[in-house]
Amino acid sequence: MPKETMTAENFQKLDKLILQEKETKGALIQVLQKAQGIFGYLPIEVQQKISKGLRIPMSEIYGVVTFYSQFNLEPKGDYMISVCMGTACYVRNAQPILEKISKIIGIKSGETSPDGKFSLIACRCIGACGLAPVITVNEDVYGRLAVEDIKGIIEKY
Amino acid sequence: MENVKSQENKQYRIALRNSGLIDPGDISDYIAFRGYEALGKVLTEMEPAEVAKMVKESGLRGRGGGGFPTGLKWEFTLKAPGDEKYLICNADEGDPGAFMDRSILEGDPHSLLEAMVIGGYATGANNGVIYIRAEYPLAIKRLQVAIDQAREMGFLGKDIFGSGFDFDLYLKLGAGAFVCGEETSLIQSVEGKRGEPTKKPPFPSESGYMGKPTTVNNVETFAAVPPIILNGPEWFQGIGTETSKGTKVFALAGDINNVGLVEVTMGTTLREIIFDIGGGIPGGAKFKAVQTGGPSGGVITELDLDTPIDYESLKNIGSMMGSGGMIVMDDSTCMVNIAKFFLEFTQDESCGKCTSCRVGTMRMYEILEKITNGEGTEQDLINLNDLARSVKDTALCGLGQTAPNPVLSTMNYYKHEYEDHVYNKKCTAGSCKALLSYSIDPEKCIGCTACLKVCPTNCIDGKAKEVHVIREDECIACNACFEACKFDAVIKP
Repeated sequence: MPKETMTAENFQKLDKLILQEKETKGALIQVLQKAQGIFGYLPIEVQQKISKGLRIPMSEIYGVVTFYSQFNLEPKGDYMISVCMGTACYVRNAQPILEKISKIIGIKSGETSPDGKFSLIACRCIGACGLAPVITVNEDVYGRLAVEDIKGIIEKY
Repeated sequence: MENVKSQENKQYRIALRNSGLIDPGDISDYIAFRGYEALGKVLTEMEPAEVAKMVKESGLRGRGGGGFPTGLKWEFTLKAPGDEKYLICNADEGDPGAFMDRSILEGDPHSLLEAMVIGGYATGANNGVIYIRAEYPLAIKRLQVAIDQAREMGFLGKDIFGSGFDFDLYLKLGAGAFVCGEETSLIQSVEGKRGEPTKKPPFPSESGYMGKPTTVNNVETFAAVPPIILNGPEWFQGIGTETSKGTKVFALAGDINNVGLVEVTMGTTLREIIFDIGGGIPGGAKFKAVQTGGPSGGVITELDLDTPIDYESLKNIGSMMGSGGMIVMDDSTCMVNIAKFFLEFTQDESCGKCTSCRVGTMRMYEILEKITNGEGTEQDLINLNDLARSVKDTALCGLGQTAPNPVLSTMNYYKHEYEDHVYNKKCTAGSCKALLSYSIDPEKCIGCTACLKVCPTNCIDGKAKEVHVIREDECIACNACFEACKFDAVIKP
């Protein structure tokens, strides 16, 4: 299972964050980004707390959270595998690579494995088009890939 | 100004003048390359209106793709009533396959900061924001270092160069939304809201960030400003074509030998960029098309390769300059599939505010999916064309208005491919999987197991010296077996 992040300690950090940004105009997105940094995702409880703290209606907060692709409503796995689906990667066969990873881990794009180890997403262009096709696993970047390379990469984690 | 002009490789570096040559983490490197000299000149010798006029005379146009004259934009904001004005840098480089701005942000962050202070002075703004996408962590880090150093040296903050002019700026991180590259959406996002576009007028130069006059410029546009100030508008005027001055950075990627950034003068032909600088297509494959302008642009065929590129000429051949992504495709690329790829992107990134984009892009995507699945009909082709035209005419912002371009341009230049998919249920490029089925010719197969070993999905059955069989339902059409077979026994559709 993914690590439990809904701890009292983390909620204290959130309170501190809200206090800091309370008076800043237009700070909602950066508060949400930092809150996601604390909890790993943005469950309703966290959003409600931000709503009260910043005095912004919950509807607006939920609207912002669901608008931007960076925000997650569900917890993510320990290892985030992002397969770049920018045009350069796409024309250099990123699709079969995504399918291969999906087959090895047994989850589809956008899902997290039941043991909480891996999450898989088809992500937006990361601007490393010279290395196409590219995947990233957390901070590690793997470029110029062929379908055969995938197994070895997954096994490292 | 040391402009790297190399006849040999046909490049001319203005925006990328320092990238790769200086240490981006050290402000003194930038200063040694005449950094902040233009700012000094502007603040001590010129009036704001003179600066805007100089940029206008240089002919510099917005490098984010729109091509609006930068100096004119600056004049609008300068003349707009109000004391509080803002300057925003659009560093939300969301076009898939484009990384020009990332390279400037990471390789020469001070050139952006210097230009922003100049822009602030010219437009009457004392506050700047750099809106940068969160997907560029290194660029964010280097920008922050650069901002801290510039503050320490007194290039940002109060009373810069003793001129009495104050300017400071901060970073705002995007949260992942392509539409935020559109200036009105970007302003909404900087305000912490959903990044939905607003109607124009009022233009941001009258009412933008927090309702105040605001200028939004792209990173590459800013990067060209200090050299213009130092060398004079006539110098910049002298480079490029009749309507488009200066240079443009392109991100060359896809099926091409030399992948990377190139900066060329406006008016260079696509053939020069792709074959002389880019080194042509790898593996002896044949050039099929080049896609410019990302999801807003179109494909350019062999026939138009000798077009000298500028804002107008690219538009005339059904594409656009865009931010500078240039994806080269060889003959294994299916044009219907490429149109589908871009529509999948735009329908996902459509913010949903206006109906024609929200519903239109989805319906276009569905029709394209039907066609690539081999279920398309003649009526689908007619509907797709009609729909594309109405979305183009009725969408609220640039995203929706240009989203049909990939469809219209591929339908225009590659109509036969669409027809092949619909009438003959065939994908000649061999990339639409539903129309592909790989099989093994039992006459030719000698049972060498070569294909079986390379199959990534293990969907080939067979023992040594027996005829192998491909289980079609599990085949991902990766082509590995076709390449591995030495006996031409794998039949490709």
